[in-house]
Amino acid sequence: MQQHLEQQERESPATERYQHGSYPDVRGRFGPYGGKFVPESLMPLLSELEAAYREARHDPAFEEELQELLRSFVGRPTPLYYVPRFSQLVAPGVRVYLKREDLAHTGAHKINNALGQGLLAKRMGKRRIIAETGAGQHGVATATVCAMLGLECIIYMGAEDIERQSLNVFRMRLLGAEVRPVDSGSRTLKDAINEAIRDWVTNVETTFYLIGSVVGPHPYPLMVRDFQSIIGREAREQILRLEGRLPDLVVACVGGGSNAMGIFYPFADAPEVRLLGVEAGGQGLATDQHAATLVAGRPGVLHGAFSYLLQNEDGQVLGTHSISAGLDYPGVGPEHSYMKDTGRASYVAADDALALRGLQALSQSEGIIPALEPAHALGYLLEMGARGELVPGSLVIVNLSGRGDKDMATVARELEVKIS
Amino acid sequence: MQQSQQSETSERPKGEALPAQRIGQAFARASSEGRCALIPYLMCGFPSVEQSLEAIVAAIEGGADLIELGLPFSDPLADGATIQHASHQALEQGINVAACLSMARQVAARSSVPLILMGYYNPLLAYGVQRFCREAAAAGACGLIIPDLPPEEAGPLLKAAHEEGLALIFLVPPTTPDERIATIVRVAAQEPRGFIYCVSLSGVTGARASLPPHLQSFIARVRRQSAPYGLPLAVGFGVSRPEHVAEIARYADGAVVGSALVNLLERHAADGAAQRAAVRDYIRSLRERTARLP
Repeated sequence: MQQHLEQQERESPATERYQHGSYPDVRGRFGPYGGKFVPESLMPLLSELEAAYREARHDPAFEEELQELLRSFVGRPTPLYYVPRFSQLVAPGVRVYLKREDLAHTGAHKINNALGQGLLAKRMGKRRIIAETGAGQHGVATATVCAMLGLECIIYMGAEDIERQSLNVFRMRLLGAEVRPVDSGSRTLKDAINEAIRDWVTNVETTFYLIGSVVGPHPYPLMVRDFQSIIGREAREQILRLEGRLPDLVVACVGGGSNAMGIFYPFADAPEVRLLGVEAGGQGLATDQHAATLVAGRPGVLHGAFSYLLQNEDGQVLGTHSISAGLDYPGVGPEHSYMKDTGRASYVAADDALALRGLQALSQSEGIIPALEPAHALGYLLEMGARGELVPGSLVIVNLSGRGDKDMATVARELEVKIS
Repeated sequence: MQQSQQSETSERPKGEALPAQRIGQAFARASSEGRCALIPYLMCGFPSVEQSLEAIVAAIEGGADLIELGLPFSDPLADGATIQHASHQALEQGINVAACLSMARQVAARSSVPLILMGYYNPLLAYGVQRFCREAAAAGACGLIIPDLPPEEAGPLLKAAHEEGLALIFLVPPTTPDERIATIVRVAAQEPRGFIYCVSLSGVTGARASLPPHLQSFIARVRRQSAPYGLPLAVGFGVSRPEHVAEIARYADGAVVGSALVNLLERHAADGAAQRAAVRDYIRSLRERTARLP
């Protein structure tokens, strides 16, 4: 079956190289991945969005407004911060820097993209914004931007995620957003996206779907990558200033893959920089309780794009598990799929326990409590160090994509501590 | 029916009708009787394989001109709550593509009513699109409807379907601009072909109390593009009542009924005989209103 798929949709990965700056093509493809697999109702809208986005990016006024808000509202640039004590825990002689997206307004990188798309929606005259959210960080960022721009905001969220992210649900409501629980399917992010797409199909003329990751039909993977690339552009400039050279390794967690693409993309043209994505290994890859799409999935179509997917033999999308709601997604951005096949980036998995270890290690060594999502990257880095995979002198950047406040109830439960 | 691995149309014995031609014939027959075609949709394996098969037979007895057989998918994003639920339940029963093809074979063995398979793209990709089309044609299917596959992405499936003599049927919602309708119609008109599936409203499937007010002008808009090709137009999404069918018969060539039928099966799930009778009576009540009144 796998073989058949490869004949059907993929060229041979071995002969290809990832050509930085060439994707997506006019069909919205990253190699064989991407595209627009959506109900016909959305096709005219996607063309309209593509045109509006292209025009906005070429309009200095749009760029100026975005940059000014990134500075004054989001608090950019975020610091690139050397963590000596955590570096020691990883391996002697290794220097680890954190890209502090946890210090961006609302506490995660999600605000970069929400702001960009929010401004675009307003420019297109769309007053009604819908979004989906897993951990709630994208929902909070979207609700924040909508409040600031005076737009109506509806957030779809899986009923299970509503339970485990109650703090973020409260924040969204406080910001004036309507949070709609999704009870279908696995009651998590995947189903929230289905429901958001249904809303979009129904209200296509008035509504802007503000997608939270580098997933979905073209032009979303492109647009979200562009808006998040500010992370990597800043990090590149900062590391050159601080260390006088590019890093050896850039590590980021991957659910849909927006924080990873945001930091990877501006380094992707430098072959000496190794790009490593860490997926959610959940209870382990040997179980079906994980969300390691690129490590354990195979290509298929979900939510408008051809990309790696966790699916069974029959092409039915599998349920996932992660300690982190933000990584609990069976799909992944199409550009990551292509980076994997071409070898430009590699992808691994860290399980729940390792993520918790990463979270505790950073908290106790550096006074920074990370979100559970980037804790996967931190945990995996500790493992790499322990296995001797990092030579002394290695220069590493970890994208600290968000802060841990939202996860305190989950972490306390996992550590069997009662907090209220 | 040819069963060999060769799938080129040219390999088909000369003179043998392509499966898709039976779709056009069904529309033509209805039209010659002065009425629109009636197209019930049933989810394969809902509420059970046996009951869905019985329901199809009952729908045919009630007067169905074509049958749409739904292939369940875990993430049916163009469907409303009713068909989502049916899809979920069918998957719980272990229904997969192979089971749907087997059911198609059983329907084809019992009736000559054209069968159209409706499902999402990923299960077909996983099964292999060429293998799927070959086996679907061999099972007696005439056409395919894939709601998450716009013409831009349909290349591989269109090629495979046409090689097997199957029609690929495209959906057109009312928000589609004229130029784009023209493009879709051109793709859909390539032989072997089926019909244009006009989506009554911009939204997801589900029974609704009334048809949208601008349906007639929307159909007229599609008709202007499709008329030169003589492609039939069927209307679906939200169609549930005899009076809906009566209205559609005035300006379209077919009416698709889905969620209402799922609801009916659900209500009578406990009693097979009652279920068959209910489906037959319901389809009959719709069929009686398919006449194209002067």
